[in-house]
Amino acid sequence: MMSIDLALLVAMGVMYAGGIYMLLERTLTRILFGIMLITNATIMLLLITGGRSGDAPIRIEGKDPTTYSDPLPQALMLTAIVIGFAVTAFLVAMIYRSWLLSREDVVAVDPEDVKVASQEAFDAEEDSELEEETSEFLDDSCDPNADYEHTSEERKAVREVSARRGHPAGRSRDTSADHTVTGGSRPAGTAREERERP
Amino acid sequence: MLGSTPLTDLAPLAVLLPVLGAALTFTLVRRPRAQITLTILTLALTLVLNVGLLAVVWETGAAAVNIGGWLPPIGISLVVDRLSALMLVISSFITLAVLLYATAQGVVDEDEGGPVSIFHPTYLILVAGVSNAFLAGDLFNLYVGFEILLTASYVLLTLGGTGQRIRAGITYVVVSVISSMVFLVAIAMIYAATGTVNMADLAGKLGDLPTDVQMVLHVMLLVGFAIKAAVFPLSFWLPDSYPTAPAPVTAVFAGLLTKVGVYALIRTETLLFPGEHVNTLLMVVAALTMVVGILGALAQSDLKRILSFTLVSHIGYMIFGLGLASELGLAATVFYVAHHITVQTGMFLVTGLIENRAGTANIDRLGSLAFVSPLVAVLFFIPAMNLAGIPPFSGFFGKIGLLAGGVEQATPLAWVLVAVSVIVSLLTLLVVVRAWARAFWRRIDDVEHPPAQLVSAYQRAKASGRRPKPLSMGLVLPTAGLVALSVAFTVFAGPLYDLSDQAAQDMMDRTPYITAVLGEAAAEEAAEDLADDPTEEGHDGR
Repeated sequence: MMSIDLALLVAMGVMYAGGIYMLLERTLTRILFGIMLITNATIMLLLITGGRSGDAPIRIEGKDPTTYSDPLPQALMLTAIVIGFAVTAFLVAMIYRSWLLSREDVVAVDPEDVKVASQEAFDAEEDSELEEETSEFLDDSCDPNADYEHTSEERKAVREVSARRGHPAGRSRDTSADHTVTGGSRPAGTAREERERP
Repeated sequence: MLGSTPLTDLAPLAVLLPVLGAALTFTLVRRPRAQITLTILTLALTLVLNVGLLAVVWETGAAAVNIGGWLPPIGISLVVDRLSALMLVISSFITLAVLLYATAQGVVDEDEGGPVSIFHPTYLILVAGVSNAFLAGDLFNLYVGFEILLTASYVLLTLGGTGQRIRAGITYVVVSVISSMVFLVAIAMIYAATGTVNMADLAGKLGDLPTDVQMVLHVMLLVGFAIKAAVFPLSFWLPDSYPTAPAPVTAVFAGLLTKVGVYALIRTETLLFPGEHVNTLLMVVAALTMVVGILGALAQSDLKRILSFTLVSHIGYMIFGLGLASELGLAATVFYVAHHITVQTGMFLVTGLIENRAGTANIDRLGSLAFVSPLVAVLFFIPAMNLAGIPPFSGFFGKIGLLAGGVEQATPLAWVLVAVSVIVSLLTLLVVVRAWARAFWRRIDDVEHPPAQLVSAYQRAKASGRRPKPLSMGLVLPTAGLVALSVAFTVFAGPLYDLSDQAAQDMMDRTPYITAVLGEAAAEEAAEDLADDPTEEGHDGR
């Protein structure tokens, strides 16, 4: 019969709950913490599957085999810990890179999605205008919480762009604006990155 | 073990060779030429080995290798059966083709250089992860295989670290980590319930659990794999993240990574939880995947995104065959997976060629490509028609197999699925024809903002009657190779269908797999369990 430590079980539940809650945030750092909590809760679950605690699973002649703890979950846990560590480290690096590029700590809006949602045909200029619009948001970035508090404002900016797009006058003005931009393949970060440099 | 031959004992090399290659290429970071040569050599060797494995397994059936001599179910075992050998061969073929393409592209656009030195080792690790997932004989090793390939894919997707790629990469990493966690929780719970993670062992033991526990474990595995395979409600991440990566990377991701998820789904449905517990769910989900995917493709204008959506849509066909849970359906699924890996990868490589030629892959800005570059037009047309399932291409045979499976089943739901798959097939045709008509046949004068590169190529071609500088052979040959392979599936459809059919037979009666790992006795026991299964369900129904 398998016995389970209630304290471990409760701790695991709390970690899952907290992890999932944080994962639903838009701030990247919180998503990272959420993932770390969920990873560790899962590792704890693996620990619990080993059943009751026992002696270290090193075989000693003549010892009753039931006194050992189950070694397999421990092996699985070790592997899971290593993988979890690697993925977390990679995420941290990516979040740092994202912050370097945009000074934003939130999941970015996909310009392509906005474009598909708001227009019937592709237009190079509109694409670049959208980027301009998103990067105006930069002005708020002196305030560390700006990006977090103002996410709704960012959405409004996107909506304004799409509203203006429907307008024929706005369209023709755009066409004359920047033929220098070569197309949709230009990475969104570059404009911002250049601006960030002193 | 039964069916074990000296060659199948070499199966671990399918994982080890790429890992060793990766280690060596890391040491050659400062010598790109040596690095490229070594990578190509490694993948070529892997391909040869996998072809050998397939040739042996085709004749003798499943074989298992116990790593380090530890006997199953305690040790780690790698299992080669007809399904995994077929997957291995196709995956090593397309990874080699994509590698050659990527090498040529690195030479062509020097500005896209970036940290190319890490491309080759990471790519090899990706291949090792894929091979490990196909060979894994226990659930935890499957998890490790998935993690190896996912971690490598995180690096490849964010290569260069531009804003777009980081944005897409974050979504991709978070979604992948969550799916892996669901899978890992399922493994932990399966271990708690049965005391083993060996799949052959589980095949016998999971059936003894209470039905509701079985259902929970089953659905958790399905959810974990369905995210990786991009099945409809869980497919939102794919069209968002794949198109931003470099063309060769997208090609190998789109062709291969989702199919590893499909492979895991096939194993779950046939080996671990046979029977008809969730078939209705799978059929409904398959229909939704097909329809939603293809409607998404219709709304897009970027070729890479269009292809990503058709990829999601066509995953639905594979789930359809799986949901039929009949030999006919499974055989068609296996055939369809093999066909789709090749065609989808080929399509993405051609998209890379178009980008290379015209400077963009947005069909709204392309025109006159058939005039500017007839070669690209041919290379696009063949896999596009193949994707839509136009006879005589192999996509047609895959779909016919699925339709036959559906008609054989003859339930109302199966008929609905048959109708949906025909309609979606036509919509796929619409999608590719729309892309064809715009990018290749439309006159460039009618295009609103054609890319400058394309315009100058067009004008030069028109003025002098001379085509622009031909595309690099390094780009064309791998693409042509993949297109040729997809056409070869038509020519050799007979033998390939035989193989798929045998693989499906093996999976349906499960004994070859279990015998290979655990020996005859365990297999008989599992077969008896399976025979008992319907009566058990009858008891539960009261």
